[in-house]
Amino acid sequence: MFKKILIANRGEIACRVIRTARRMGIKTVAVYSDADADALHRRAADESVRIGPPPAAESYLRIDRIIEACRATGAEAVHPGYGFLSEKAEFAAALAKAGIVFIGPDTHAIGAMGDKIESKKLAKAAGVSTVPGYLDVIPDAEAAVRIAREIGYPVMIKASAGGGGKGMRIARSDAEAREGFRSASNEARSSFADDRVFLEKYVEEPRHIEIQVLGDAHGHVIHLGERECSIQRRHQKVIEEAPSPFLDPGTRAAMGAQAVALAKAVDYRSAGTVEFIVDKQRNFYFLEMNTRLQVEHPVTELVTGLDLVEWMIRIAAGEKLTLRQSDVALRGSAIEARVYAEDPLRSFLPSIGRLTRYLPPEGEGVRVDTGVFEGAEISIYYDPMIAKLVGYGASRAEATRRLGEALNAYYIRGLSHNVAFLAAVLRKERFAAGGLSTNFIAEEFPHGFTGVEITPEAMAEAIIVAAAVQRITAESEARISGQLAGHGRLVPEDWVVCVGDAQHRVTAARENGTVTVTDAEGGCRLVASRWQPGEPLFRGMIDAASVTFQVDRDGIGFRLTRHGATIPVKVLPPRAAELLTQMPVKQPPDLSRFLLSPMPGLLVSIAVAEGEEVKAGEELAVVEAMKMENVLRAERDGTVAKLRAKPGDSLAVDQVILEFG
Amino acid sequence: MQEILRQLEQKREAARGGGGERRVQAQHAKGKLTARERLDLLFDPGSFEEWDMFVEHRSSDFGMAEHKVPGDGVVTGYGTVNGRLVFAFSQDFTVFGGALSEAHAEKICKIMDQAMKVGAPVIGINDSGGARIQEGVASLAGYAEVFERNVLASGVVPQISLIMGPCAGGAVYSPAMTDVIFMVKDSSYMFVTGPDVVKTVTHETVTQEELGGAVTHTARSGVADLAFENDVEALLQLRRFIDFLPASNREKPPLRPNSDSPDRDEMSLDTLIPANPNKPYDMRELIEKVVDQGDFFELQPSYARNIIIGFARMEGSTVGIVANQPMVLAGCLDIDSSRKAARFVRFCDCFNIPIITFVDVPGFLPGTAQEYGGIIKHGAKLLFAFAEATVPKVTVITRKAYGGAYDVMSSKHLRGDVNYAWPSAEIAVMGPKGAVEIIFRSDIGDPAKLEARTEEYREKFANPFVAGSRGFIDDVIMPHGTRRRICRSLAMLRHKQLSNPWKKHANIPL
Repeated sequence: MFKKILIANRGEIACRVIRTARRMGIKTVAVYSDADADALHRRAADESVRIGPPPAAESYLRIDRIIEACRATGAEAVHPGYGFLSEKAEFAAALAKAGIVFIGPDTHAIGAMGDKIESKKLAKAAGVSTVPGYLDVIPDAEAAVRIAREIGYPVMIKASAGGGGKGMRIARSDAEAREGFRSASNEARSSFADDRVFLEKYVEEPRHIEIQVLGDAHGHVIHLGERECSIQRRHQKVIEEAPSPFLDPGTRAAMGAQAVALAKAVDYRSAGTVEFIVDKQRNFYFLEMNTRLQVEHPVTELVTGLDLVEWMIRIAAGEKLTLRQSDVALRGSAIEARVYAEDPLRSFLPSIGRLTRYLPPEGEGVRVDTGVFEGAEISIYYDPMIAKLVGYGASRAEATRRLGEALNAYYIRGLSHNVAFLAAVLRKERFAAGGLSTNFIAEEFPHGFTGVEITPEAMAEAIIVAAAVQRITAESEARISGQLAGHGRLVPEDWVVCVGDAQHRVTAARENGTVTVTDAEGGCRLVASRWQPGEPLFRGMIDAASVTFQVDRDGIGFRLTRHGATIPVKVLPPRAAELLTQMPVKQPPDLSRFLLSPMPGLLVSIAVAEGEEVKAGEELAVVEAMKMENVLRAERDGTVAKLRAKPGDSLAVDQVILEFG
Repeated sequence: MQEILRQLEQKREAARGGGGERRVQAQHAKGKLTARERLDLLFDPGSFEEWDMFVEHRSSDFGMAEHKVPGDGVVTGYGTVNGRLVFAFSQDFTVFGGALSEAHAEKICKIMDQAMKVGAPVIGINDSGGARIQEGVASLAGYAEVFERNVLASGVVPQISLIMGPCAGGAVYSPAMTDVIFMVKDSSYMFVTGPDVVKTVTHETVTQEELGGAVTHTARSGVADLAFENDVEALLQLRRFIDFLPASNREKPPLRPNSDSPDRDEMSLDTLIPANPNKPYDMRELIEKVVDQGDFFELQPSYARNIIIGFARMEGSTVGIVANQPMVLAGCLDIDSSRKAARFVRFCDCFNIPIITFVDVPGFLPGTAQEYGGIIKHGAKLLFAFAEATVPKVTVITRKAYGGAYDVMSSKHLRGDVNYAWPSAEIAVMGPKGAVEIIFRSDIGDPAKLEARTEEYREKFANPFVAGSRGFIDDVIMPHGTRRRICRSLAMLRHKQLSNPWKKHANIPL
């Protein structure tokens, strides 16, 4: 076994690999860029080596620096994690040349599976079912039409070197096939400098289900069941689970057998993933093989009880895979949610910055794979993932519930995050029913994500918790010194919980740590909690049910957050609540008169001058953020009244750039 | 006897009715509460003791003899806020537009005198059209009587003004001399001369709100400390605020025990300071993570945002916080921030409130605007205030402490009791680059040489050790332990005794 390995990655996956290595008694070396000098993976490792400036191309993608780091530290092997160099055959080759073990498959397998057309041909040869299609390069548009007719519409035209949805077109007619061929090859040329495209049957209502395989250097390959990753947003996986609620044992076995056959065909050694697309009738077609550890591997680990990283290391060290296929049993259900620093209310724009408050959840059946900590920075340079949060339970319902509760207690402040969105996905009836497809998000959120609806039950709980929170706060306030002797403060019991325009009269009395909240109809709920003012999480029991709310003070009130829904509440003395109704309702300022910066960034240019008339759609300004130039355009016709920022200014989110007349 | 009781009830009824149903409705229509409703919210329920309900004006000119309302347009008395004694007057706009008569002024003076005798804060709720013009100079005399008491009470008992309606002309000078001014957005304004006069004299067209509204005074002029959405919010926030203040200068600040451990480590503070010395960070995060329960009551948050001031608690006991804000103007001191912080430091010193100062200051803001505006005298105010303060003073230098601004920010040399530095602290005359360009002026043509010199200077001075070697800082502390170290320092300083030489008063550069 290796004495020391280097992890050529960062973030949660580097931390996750280090965890297993440490358990195996292997020393670890982290590499880091300047942006990651304070990062968790660097702290977690036994030693660390700086490999360059923040851009990945100058650090995490620099093969020479990583090999140098191995030499300097005496690391015998490298785990590449996912992304970065994990599927670069030349990296594996360079390591081999330097006498360093690559913890992954050999260069042949990486190379064979790296090319979409090549891999399909190989799969076909290995008896793997592939999407009906034409795997050779299509010479021209007319050929595309001819082939499309043979296969039958709808068809998908895809760039050979493609990925991430680029160079991909769906065609339902000859005309669309002709046009799709042209635009897909143009896009492929500009994006990948490779205009080869191919064509295949377009599967409707598809599910993304993948098989985890594990093979050793001695020709033994098994599969560890499937993961369903159908819930995707723009081809990015959002929720992944194992096992799939859709597969029957027969299909699972068939898919597993094909995946193993493919792995054997390329002498696969290490952990790998064979991705399939599955249609309504449980027909499955090979998509591609990922020759690395997948982001979503924890769900497989939880249901199989295996440590994939451990097996990757053992296999790389030449050990035999001692598991037989019959040893693999899937127990329970695991569901993973990817927690990202992005703003679901602003079309998922990345949100960079400092995690000023960060309390990851914990509890039975909850796994958090994270690379950050309170006070860490989510930078513009890398994937803005905060963590992978996994719920595990005996049943899918239990796993869902645990994941939901964990999301509920996930307290993240300082930047925007997608916890509310994830919570909303989990709470969809269709999710509970297992009716997944890769169109799930588009169909369930046809107008995008607009926030979590507050259910009457959530509101009722919020009112009770608000009353308890106020009661405890008032008690704390009443402990102040210097009160008039004999005329001191009695903690009042009568309160009015104000939510928006609604007012709810309650009494809140406390005895032996339990707050009794009674509503106007005499309905009485007992709230037990050790919450103290200033604490971010209110955990307690309402009668016999446990409840968790995130609590943020906000002026004279609080913001209570549960399952992604934030409820602003004020708990006032009855007289104050009564008089509050006299107060004028103020209209929020009309922001349509302003051009606001949609994200923090640098104002690169302003295309208009004061007094200038603009038409809808005209360019107004360019804001650079995340190294991307974002052109801000006029939403309707108008006149520019005043410029409120100048090129070179750094903008905060929602900062006014200019004002219309 | 029955008749007296009947009359009594009648008078009380009349007093409670204020200016009558119609005017009360008009008051509500403007989004304002009445004088009595406001007191209902300010005080603990049932604790208000009203004085001088039967006072009436003595004016007979212009038909005033026939117009008398018991109470004469102001409600005065005392009550409790979380059980602690507080005096208050509340002007009643429904009665003669809240205009100040001689008798009205006498009522205010009476409770101010009593508050000073017993040592309790005075809250003034201002909602008045101005002087009772029918009374002429008698009304002006009334103002002056109030002014004089504002001055005498200053530094003896806390005085807080709520502006909840008009406050114009000479009337503004009473709130102006109190310690803190709260305003309500869209329904209160303060100015010496109103829009009409401004239009006549300077031909400027300006609305009341623009000229003297809550936003103007909390963001532009710095006259007011906080702006609230409505009367209810302002009054409930005032209750929170009073909890931080001692009743008088004869008392220590109140103690409000809580569960927050003084030993709480905040590991995330270790990464607060960015690697790049020119990158800002939010000083408010440090404050909120250090103080009890993250409860920081900030004053003037929208004015001179390059410095942060406000109250918080450490181990339940009130502290005043002064902190440079690197997010705004890199945390430089300028005219506005110096004045803002200086007045706050003196407020704390008056009322025995220990001062915690967080320092990240690259210097004073350069420029003609600053020099012509008198930054010399204004900067001196902050220096003066820190130097004369005898309350416990604990200072933490987080990053830059350059030049004269280092001296100003509660340095050891200004009788700072405990001065800590984080490892990231740079205590020096100026930044390395600037320093080298002066010391090695002859090398300016040679960037390589200059770079080497800069590095040399950085190594030598851009750290806390030079200051440490002279005892100008007492210790270098880890950011995560800041709360613990400050709590210990304050515990050690609890019985600090220090007084300035006897004098009538000092001559602060006003």
